[in-house]
Amino acid sequence: MTTLQAKQASKSGAVHGGAGHNDADDGFSDLHPAYSELQAMAESNRCLYCYDAPCVTACPTSIDIPSFIRKISTGNPDGAAKTILSANIMGGTCARACPTEVLCEEACVRNVAEDTAVEIGSLQRYAVDHLMERDLPHPFKRAPKTGKTIAVVGAGPAGLSCAHRAAMLGHDVVVFESKPKPGGLNEYGLAAYKMTNDFAQREVEFLLGIGGIEIEYNKALGKDINLADLKAKYDAVFVGVGLGSTNDLGLKGEDFPGVDDAITFIEKLRQTEPKSDMPVGNNVIVIGGGNTAIDAAVQAKRLGAEEVTLVYRRGAENMSATEFEQDLAKTNGVIVRYWAKPVAIKANGKLMGMEFEKTELDANGKLVGTGETFEVRADQILKAIGQKIKTDDLAGMEITGGKIVVDESYQTTAPGVFAGGDCIKSGEDLTVQSVEDGKQAAIAIDAFLKSA
Amino acid sequence: MADLSCKIAGIDSLNPFWLASAPPTDKKYNVVRAFEAGWGGVVWKTLGIDPPVVNVSSRYGAHHDQNRRLLGINNIELISDRPLATNLQEIRECRKEYPDHVIIGSMMAPIEERAWKDLAQQIAESGVHGLELNLGCPHGMCERGMGSAIGQVPEMVEQVTRWVKDAVDIPVFTKLTPNITNILWSAEAALKGGADAVSLINTVNSIVSVDIDNMVPEPVVDGKGTHGGYCGSAVKPIALNMVAEIARTPETRDLEISGIGGITTWKDAVEFMALGSNAVQVCTAAMIYGFRVVDDLIDGMSQWMDDKGYTSVEQFTRAAVPQVSDWNELNMNFDTKAVINPDNCIECGRCHIACEDTSHQAITMTDKPEGGRLFEVVDEECVGCNLCYHICPVPDCITMEPVKTDKPPMTWPEHPLNPMRVAAE
Repeated sequence: MTTLQAKQASKSGAVHGGAGHNDADDGFSDLHPAYSELQAMAESNRCLYCYDAPCVTACPTSIDIPSFIRKISTGNPDGAAKTILSANIMGGTCARACPTEVLCEEACVRNVAEDTAVEIGSLQRYAVDHLMERDLPHPFKRAPKTGKTIAVVGAGPAGLSCAHRAAMLGHDVVVFESKPKPGGLNEYGLAAYKMTNDFAQREVEFLLGIGGIEIEYNKALGKDINLADLKAKYDAVFVGVGLGSTNDLGLKGEDFPGVDDAITFIEKLRQTEPKSDMPVGNNVIVIGGGNTAIDAAVQAKRLGAEEVTLVYRRGAENMSATEFEQDLAKTNGVIVRYWAKPVAIKANGKLMGMEFEKTELDANGKLVGTGETFEVRADQILKAIGQKIKTDDLAGMEITGGKIVVDESYQTTAPGVFAGGDCIKSGEDLTVQSVEDGKQAAIAIDAFLKSA
Repeated sequence: MADLSCKIAGIDSLNPFWLASAPPTDKKYNVVRAFEAGWGGVVWKTLGIDPPVVNVSSRYGAHHDQNRRLLGINNIELISDRPLATNLQEIRECRKEYPDHVIIGSMMAPIEERAWKDLAQQIAESGVHGLELNLGCPHGMCERGMGSAIGQVPEMVEQVTRWVKDAVDIPVFTKLTPNITNILWSAEAALKGGADAVSLINTVNSIVSVDIDNMVPEPVVDGKGTHGGYCGSAVKPIALNMVAEIARTPETRDLEISGIGGITTWKDAVEFMALGSNAVQVCTAAMIYGFRVVDDLIDGMSQWMDDKGYTSVEQFTRAAVPQVSDWNELNMNFDTKAVINPDNCIECGRCHIACEDTSHQAITMTDKPEGGRLFEVVDEECVGCNLCYHICPVPDCITMEPVKTDKPPMTWPEHPLNPMRVAAE
């Protein structure tokens, strides 16, 4: 974490929701403040302009990072943005939400000698924001129309990335979205302080500037539309529905008021303005060890919860949340308890708390309870123990291990139906991976349509 | 701490660091601040015959790197725009208040004997230690027949130097312009005219940049720009060569040299002195950072001298001159190869792509089994050009290692492939 980030994190953490209504005061201002021109100049000049750079290899979308940073350093930020967006049309969101410390910035050669990577994410945001803030024509042109039409299910990162690339390749696209707004988890799932100023919507508007993409809202697969109809009506179908369902604890009282999915909590928070209108408990327990758990815990704290306890059944090193995210939780005053699993929800007319059993690894490395228990008081419990696919909407495609099976060209077992994003096996629950899936699937669909 | 005192043209100086004749030495206020900061001397901003010139606004253009560091300044300011009497009075005061510090009076006049002699005598009477003849300004003054208009004609350089030497009995420095075809012609002319020392280089004639929104060269004066004098670290290599040429050429090597040209660090100063300068003058570094830069000039040179065992600056002055030679004297049988230390390598790949695209395809890039990339020199292809060594961002990662050879030294004139070969004795 840089000094600037640390300052911002501690500053934001000290302010509770309800203290004020404007964006700067409510604890939901930018987690990483945008770079000034001076910061962009200084940081871009730290880039060594590596050849065949490790950061590019580490980026799921293979953005030509050295080239875009060089363009920033020469005073060509819009050119830099085009370099980024040509590989990743959601480069703006990825600049904000990517765990860069385990992707491009981890690979940065500056780590080797100096232990401080170039802040690639902040530079990427500087360039993309620079371009988007200007009223310029969409930077990419469509190929001559092919006359083919593709149905895309889900207006999340995978679906929209696929739609944009397919439109670029000359196809017309209709996107079906179950929610009233586009963006998927960019709009409903990422922490509010990562996506300030309605960025998800602004990015979708920018993306649609390519032309040839229509979005139909409130159209859920398996309810309002079905695969068979889409297959019949369109030349190809792309499924980017994400993971529509969440895992349960399997405990009695899980439907008790006050026990929620973290993802639902974040979704509601993202749609609430001002943030101080969002209800939050006094004593909040968050169960889980991923970035969603951290997002929920930190945001609960910033909303004004007195005590937020994050409980994870294993150790810090096992958490899927990155080190940066774990630190963020701590600097925001979240109490983190490792090696404990929930065993009972305590309620007495109203939610009282939760009982946990301490855990450890047995001789075989298997996680087991120790028998020792403790209780944590809570009037709100947020579950962040993973999501799963809603299989009932996906009839006709093979699903293994809770994920849609695709071949190397993103085609499912249903001919002409492609899939990508969190709902397929390679999905890493990363926006950037979903964008890559969508892009590659569009290229595969294009080849499929041309060979048909 | 090593003794940094030095002598040039018979003038004793506390240290070899003087401020060059330029905007920083325009008036007493600045000069006092410079002496207080530790500068050994100043060359006062060039004085001319009254009425004083009038300067324009704006005056400086800049050559930045991408990180907005100033590599060079281009200047269209003329000589002192204050009355001569005011300058001379302030010189007298500074001489009195700072008796141990050197003040040299810089001057320029049209190509008339009386003008040069009268002005030289007036300035000498103010008590300066010596005079410096500004025969170099490549902007403005040359359009009036002064500055580089004189400095570019060796006969005039000799004539003006002689006029002034005849008129005064204090040391005379003839300041040379780099805007010529051969610096030795001007240096020899100065020597013939009786100069006690030469100062070089004056600024390089230049257009530093163009305002591409308005299509005007910078600095912009109400919609127009003009060529100016370029200075700063970017001109150092040009100056070093000219200093070295004078110092190593038999006809000019007796000239003492006040080295000028982009000196920014103590190491730059050591290089100028090693190549023939008896002392140095600095301007742009002070204009960029203030007079305080002299602290490290003094401290850095002193530390280095202690490390090397030098106890006086004379011990390294001109020490590199014998090693400056003509290309024809270089040993064609010498061979050196790049060696990459994988322990220091950060795997940026810059050496590979530079060699692959623009040189000799002598650095391979392969994947390491444990991950990462390995860069290796192909000795058979490496010509020892140094490109990779220079572009590598990590100090000491790439070194140039001489190849052991049994072959005796051989110059190009002796080389069997030279069609103009001179038969061995």
